[in-house]
Amino acid sequence: MPEHGRSNVGRRRFLGYLIAAPTLAVAVDWTATQFDPQRADASVVTPPQPEDIYDLGDMQNDAAAPTSGLITVTVNSDGTASFAVPRAEVGQGMTTAIAMMVAEELDLGLDKVSITLADARPELEMNQLTGGSNSMRSMYTPVRTAAAIARQRLVATAAAKWGVSAGQVTAANGVLSGPGGQTFSFGELAEAAAANTVSSVTAVLKQRPDFKILGTPQGRIDARDIVTGKKQFTMDLQIPNALPTMVARPPTINGVPRSVNNESAVLAMPGVTDVAMLPNGVAIRAATQGQCIDAIQVIDVTWGPGTVDGLSDDTIESQLTAALPALTTPVELLAQTVKADFFFAFASNSPLEPDCAIADVRGDSAEIWGCLKVPIVAQGEIASSLGLPQSAVTVHVTEGGGSFGRHLFHDTAAEAALASQKMGKPVKLCWSRPDVFRQGRVHPMSVSRVQASYLAGNVLTYEQRHTSVQTDFGHGLGEMITATADKLPVAGGLTMSQTIFELTESSPYNFGVTNQSLNEVNLQFNTGSMRNIYSPNVVTAQELVVDQLAAKMGKDPVSFRQAFIKDSRLLAVLNKAASAGGWGKSMPSGTAQGIAVHSEYQGAIAVLVEIDCTPATVNRQVADAVTGPRVTKATVVVDPGFAINPTGLEAQMIGGVEDGIALALTSSLHIKDGLPLEASWDNYFYTREWNTPAEIDVIIMPATSDSPSGAGELGVAPAMAAVACAYARANGSMPTRFPINHDAKLAFTPYPAEPSSVQSPTDGLDHTF
Amino acid sequence: MATYSFILNGKQVSVDTDGSVRLLWVLRDLLGVTGPKYGCGLDVCKACTSHINGKAFNPCSVQVQDIKSTDQITTIEGLPATANADLHPMQQAWLDNDVAQCGYCQPGQIMAAVALVKEAQANGTTITDADLDGLRNICRCGTYVRLRQAIQDGAQNM
Ligand code: FES
Ligand code: FES
Repeated sequence: MPEHGRSNVGRRRFLGYLIAAPTLAVAVDWTATQFDPQRADASVVTPPQPEDIYDLGDMQNDAAAPTSGLITVTVNSDGTASFAVPRAEVGQGMTTAIAMMVAEELDLGLDKVSITLADARPELEMNQLTGGSNSMRSMYTPVRTAAAIARQRLVATAAAKWGVSAGQVTAANGVLSGPGGQTFSFGELAEAAAANTVSSVTAVLKQRPDFKILGTPQGRIDARDIVTGKKQFTMDLQIPNALPTMVARPPTINGVPRSVNNESAVLAMPGVTDVAMLPNGVAIRAATQGQCIDAIQVIDVTWGPGTVDGLSDDTIESQLTAALPALTTPVELLAQTVKADFFFAFASNSPLEPDCAIADVRGDSAEIWGCLKVPIVAQGEIASSLGLPQSAVTVHVTEGGGSFGRHLFHDTAAEAALASQKMGKPVKLCWSRPDVFRQGRVHPMSVSRVQASYLAGNVLTYEQRHTSVQTDFGHGLGEMITATADKLPVAGGLTMSQTIFELTESSPYNFGVTNQSLNEVNLQFNTGSMRNIYSPNVVTAQELVVDQLAAKMGKDPVSFRQAFIKDSRLLAVLNKAASAGGWGKSMPSGTAQGIAVHSEYQGAIAVLVEIDCTPATVNRQVADAVTGPRVTKATVVVDPGFAINPTGLEAQMIGGVEDGIALALTSSLHIKDGLPLEASWDNYFYTREWNTPAEIDVIIMPATSDSPSGAGELGVAPAMAAVACAYARANGSMPTRFPINHDAKLAFTPYPAEPSSVQSPTDGLDHTF
Repeated sequence: MATYSFILNGKQVSVDTDGSVRLLWVLRDLLGVTGPKYGCGLDVCKACTSHINGKAFNPCSVQVQDIKSTDQITTIEGLPATANADLHPMQQAWLDNDVAQCGYCQPGQIMAAVALVKEAQANGTTITDADLDGLRNICRCGTYVRLRQAIQDGAQNM
């Protein structure tokens, strides 16, 4: 059957456009091809919370509907297909998944598909935002539609050339074959299939059982470039005359420079070409980054105050605790309660790649390169700060060395643009490692108060009041919410953060009267999300309380959850994790298992970990490191709806587990007098080799849907929660402050606040191996 | 300013700069060799890991004036040639295990892995979990489990 999988009469057809172009080009309008993500059907006793029926990913999809921009798949004369995706790639595997969509519907080899990142395209409005794990869900149908129409057009063109019917032509692996054995490569027909005028066309998409590429494990399309050092990040781009530029920064967060007291001495230093004052620092441009760092050691700046001067961990925590709202859910007279307060320290969302952007600002135009998840907002704001029309600013989106929330903001691109304008020269502006930890975006400190009540084998109430330093969403999510406000099932009068909280947090349990809410304290930190917004902390508090409830009610953590989980998909992943991870096996004292569940972004996930809290492990000595308890094994069971690329999904789950371990056990910022003490990776303790489990098993459930759920952030919350629960069981007492080592004696000697960038060592040759 | 010379990925190169400039900036900013990444400049993250005379080192923490003209510097770009192949076995193992996520740490991870395996081989031992625990390279994307497997696989073919 030549049109295998496409012959169903009555199947939904999707609309796209043949575009006038030198070779075959097919565009789709996202408005016409909206898809509805399958919703998990919740058999609810507890009335559904907003997140159950309408989550953040949905909101973004709907926000994309009223505006439209065309996204175009092109078939080239060399037989390749190309697509510039209006999204950011930061390691999450988005480009590989998109390439798989194109390859599948075109019947072209995956290695023949080239995916680039689109420049900022203002006409796309909210469609060009990477965040909320929404990329796969929103791109899935539109991209496949464009590719399917392109394939259909190639088939029709070949059929016309051969004088046969389209039904007699097959396409496979980039080759069209006719009934008499004739063949054309896609490349040979790319020009002939091109259109002279725009016309609308429809096509049906392949059904899941017919997929040859989607749903199969595939390595990253950029893997070879990565392992050979060819993959280029912003810092690696060679833009003419864009010399390294770094910034001397203030000794407190958001401090302002008043004067530079030795500018001529700095300008006389080897390699230094320019010095320019920026809103929050003094930029120094030099022949090498090292000479910028040299100049930062020497420059003498008089600093004005910052925005959080004098604040330290303890004073901030007091403000949060004072702001905790009263518990309001009535508890029945005879019911017993479990009540706990939890604390979560500030954390850094820094990727390994320090923030970097390139700017070349001329009199009447500007060109910017940076890893930007919301490039249109960056373009607009940079244009206005430069005094240029938005259309005069070209913004190129580069691939990021991680993001975790950091690249939702364009702070660095804005600084680079200003520096270039002031210096009148192109700059490659790079933050130093101390800058990134001390002045960069942070995930806010929060406290969570939870009270649950139970009686006669039932949980009657569950109330969670989460109070956090305010999270900054200044990245386009605001516009999205405004555009969809009339559709949101949450009450009016909520702040943006509260709206997002309502949309992302929902208890998965039948706990009777359930109330969860967010309260914020507005302190002027540079905050942002961090591979998820509230879930890791909210879910950790919740799952610890669930284990307490189970214990009080005489149940094992797994059987308790089995009894109270609302959603069948979540129950299925819990059951699978318990069996695959060997729940309940006997373990030596000082070690234990912990389990947690989570659903968000239309995905369901359970994580089971084993932790070793024995003294021999906890007291391991590693230089300049935190050792402590070690997670020795993790089992992750995930139901992503449909896994586009199981290999990529597994990678996201593995990363989520490592993040969860870090958040539970080791990684936090200590704020002292308006500045984080952490300045290096040997101060900020992300999971390292000596902390990682040797084994992380990821089990992907058979598809429960035809469409993918968001996956990039899904694993972090349940992993953090499972580690916390395992730690509680191994030690026989519930931890309430995270990470667990936050209050211990500092495991490092802090670098001084000034100079703001630390000079590099010179003894590297003493440490070869 | 003075002229400094060394052998970079098999070719003698020379560069005019200040003697105190760390080799990482010489490679990246002056010679345009960007495989070694800047992640800290503090000899901590190990994203810049390269080889000097076959041993792993961190060029962010070595002044160019401390490099001799006969020193052989190998970056990730020059690694395949040391195995006379398009890809070094360790790079192939990385592909086979689809280790990378964002990829930023991976050139440094691979260079460290090759040195670790060579050291073990020179000592007549095989790579243990304790050896892997001793690696200091950070992967902020958390690819540790796959990269540990890749090191074991790559070692088989070295
Ligand atoms: S950049 Fe050299 S160790 Fe981090
Ligand atoms: S792959 Fe991103 S830091 Fe390692």
